Amino acid sequence: MKSLEELAKIRERMQSKVVLREGTNTTRIVVGMATCGIAAGARPVLNALVEEVANRNLNDHVAVTQTGCIGMCRYEPIVEVFENDKERVTYVKVTPEMAREIVEKHIVGGKPVVEYTIGAVDAK
Amino acid sequence: MIRTHVLICAGTGCTSGGSLSIAERLEGEIARLGLQDEVQIVRTGCFGLCATGPVMIVYPDGTFYSRVKPEDVAEIAEEHLLKGRVVERLVHKEREGIALHEVPALGETTFYKTQMRVALRNCGVINPENIDEYIAMDGYRALGKVLTEMTPQEVIDVMKASGLRGRGGAGFPTGMKWQFAANNTADQKYVVCNADEGDPGAFMDRSVLEGDPHAVLEAMAIAGYAIGASKGYIYVRAEYPIAVHRLHIAIGQAREYGLLGEDIFGTGFNFDVDVRLGAGAFVCGEETALLTSIEGNRGEPRNKPPFPANKGLFGKPTIINNVETLANIPQIFLKGADWFASMGTEKSKGTKVFALGGAINNTGLVEIPLGTTLRHIIFDIGGGIPKGRKFKAVQTGGPSGGCIPAQFLDTPIDYENLTRIGAMMGSGGMIVTDDSTCMVDFARFFLDFTVDESCGKCTPCRIGTRRLLELLNKIVDGKGEPEDLDKLEELCYYIKANALCALGQTAPNPVLSTLKYFRDEYEAHVYEKRCPAGVCKHLMRYEILEDKCRGCTACARKCPVGAISGEVKKPHVIDAKKCIKCGACIETCKFNAIVKK
Repeated sequence: MKSLEELAKIRERMQSKVVLREGTNTTRIVVGMATCGIAAGARPVLNALVEEVANRNLNDHVAVTQTGCIGMCRYEPIVEVFENDKERVTYVKVTPEMAREIVEKHIVGGKPVVEYTIGAVDAK
Repeated sequence: MIRTHVLICAGTGCTSGGSLSIAERLEGEIARLGLQDEVQIVRTGCFGLCATGPVMIVYPDGTFYSRVKPEDVAEIAEEHLLKGRVVERLVHKEREGIALHEVPALGETTFYKTQMRVALRNCGVINPENIDEYIAMDGYRALGKVLTEMTPQEVIDVMKASGLRGRGGAGFPTGMKWQFAANNTADQKYVVCNADEGDPGAFMDRSVLEGDPHAVLEAMAIAGYAIGASKGYIYVRAEYPIAVHRLHIAIGQAREYGLLGEDIFGTGFNFDVDVRLGAGAFVCGEETALLTSIEGNRGEPRNKPPFPANKGLFGKPTIINNVETLANIPQIFLKGADWFASMGTEKSKGTKVFALGGAINNTGLVEIPLGTTLRHIIFDIGGGIPKGRKFKAVQTGGPSGGCIPAQFLDTPIDYENLTRIGAMMGSGGMIVTDDSTCMVDFARFFLDFTVDESCGKCTPCRIGTRRLLELLNKIVDGKGEPEDLDKLEELCYYIKANALCALGQTAPNPVLSTLKYFRDEYEAHVYEKRCPAGVCKHLMRYEILEDKCRGCTACARKCPVGAISGEVKKPHVIDAKKCIKCGACIETCKFNAIVKK
């Protein structure tokens, strides 16, 4: 190791990988991964969310986790976003593309993608 | 893309509970479910809650599983890792009052909630066999800062300002030690890490070496820069195979990255570390004996002065720091001396790791700011005494320390207070005893240890401790005479004043402190030939209560030596001369008619 820059580079490269273990998340994105969810395609949605969150370096405050069946199997894959002090937002029939858009617009942009939420889909 | 980290403890405690086969099996399950690109398994160092091992934590949700068995692995993989359903039956449970309740996340347990982890901050968090993970946690940044921005004297000044004191036992200010060594000029100086953790019941140094070996290497390099040493030795017990293995890996990786070796960070500073294995002699934890052992001689202490800072390893100026002391140092340079000095009490700064053992629910490692009370450590973090028994005393500082009775439970723990009440910090082992422990027998246990471990170089220790042990044996055997108590005390003070090294000087402490706080128990043994806790076999008597005995003859038939006699349907009696105190009669009696006195 000949310079501090080299050390800083390793640190940056590794930090995003261990930050998962800090448990200091203020935002949680939860994907329904029961049998119904997996059958409806929740796995690629989960992976898309994880990738998008990591690519945008959001790992320090955003956690992507799974949950079981919440009883609305016909709407799977379901993705819910929990933010501190805010009402949870429930997205339904999510595809990997929609998942990326949710990260971009909702998590980063701060505006829920209303047309993908359960309220909007229900109204159709 | 990895979405979940599963941390599995690979420290000595959980490893002996089978955590490595659990990790292996989990890897198999993850591959079977096709999750190998999504879930990463990390083998970490000790989490601290050893009593509930093997333990496993799943991130990012932080679910804390305890007492995991290999046959649980498939369920965790299928339910939690694939489907995201927490396996409730394996979630760690905590006792609150009588009811058990589930504690979903590690950070929420009463065991962890009030801890402050400085020396143990990476233990149970990173993979100790991967230098990159240490670097991600700010590893080697302190060394970089020290080498590129500070002069050696500035480094020593920061150490002095932090107030850090040696965590190995004596509590000598680390900065001063460094200053003494820096003031000497010599062609070669040495930094030695004392990892010869020998106190029964203490295992914090092992856990640091197993869980965060790079922190020790980084601190040794900082020390080397401060005093002008280019060579370091880690003296570690051979009985710590996992620690030794990970140290070798860490040294190899640090050399590969150029964080040990020549021209570190391009500053022209050279430093390298070697490992020396100790053969398990307790006395080699004493610094002069340790140095003698590294030099290849028989591990015996020598007189001080000269102190190692003037004339140490191979006759050169040397500093010797304990593992836990070193583990604090990188943090001091990253966060500042003021930050460190803001924790603790006036003369004892920072945090201290304690190893909880004995009659306590949460056996394990805890790190708390100095100045915390014993009551908080034992009853809140430690979860109290099992089986509803009563707290009697806690032994701190191992065979060199003393017993602290219940009246001092609210004393803030720091170096001064512990010495004042006749115990000592020592390395931080805490052995809790309940009312079923005989304090005379307890003192005898530690004496037995020091007699075994005395190196034999000086007479007060070699012969004095043996005579002490003989006196104690006499008392527990029921042959104690009134003058023995005075003899005991006199001999204790004689050994303390005349032994060559700290091992001998502190060996009488367990006797002195139990004599001071539990003299009534000694007196009961000597005058009444009675052991109040019912431990000392020679002083026990079994008796049959006349009014409860139905004369069923069950005990008489069970007694292996025919000591019980009596007519059918009439109360029986035990012949004390024949009785061997095996206790078989008590177990046999259905009417609770037999008592142990």
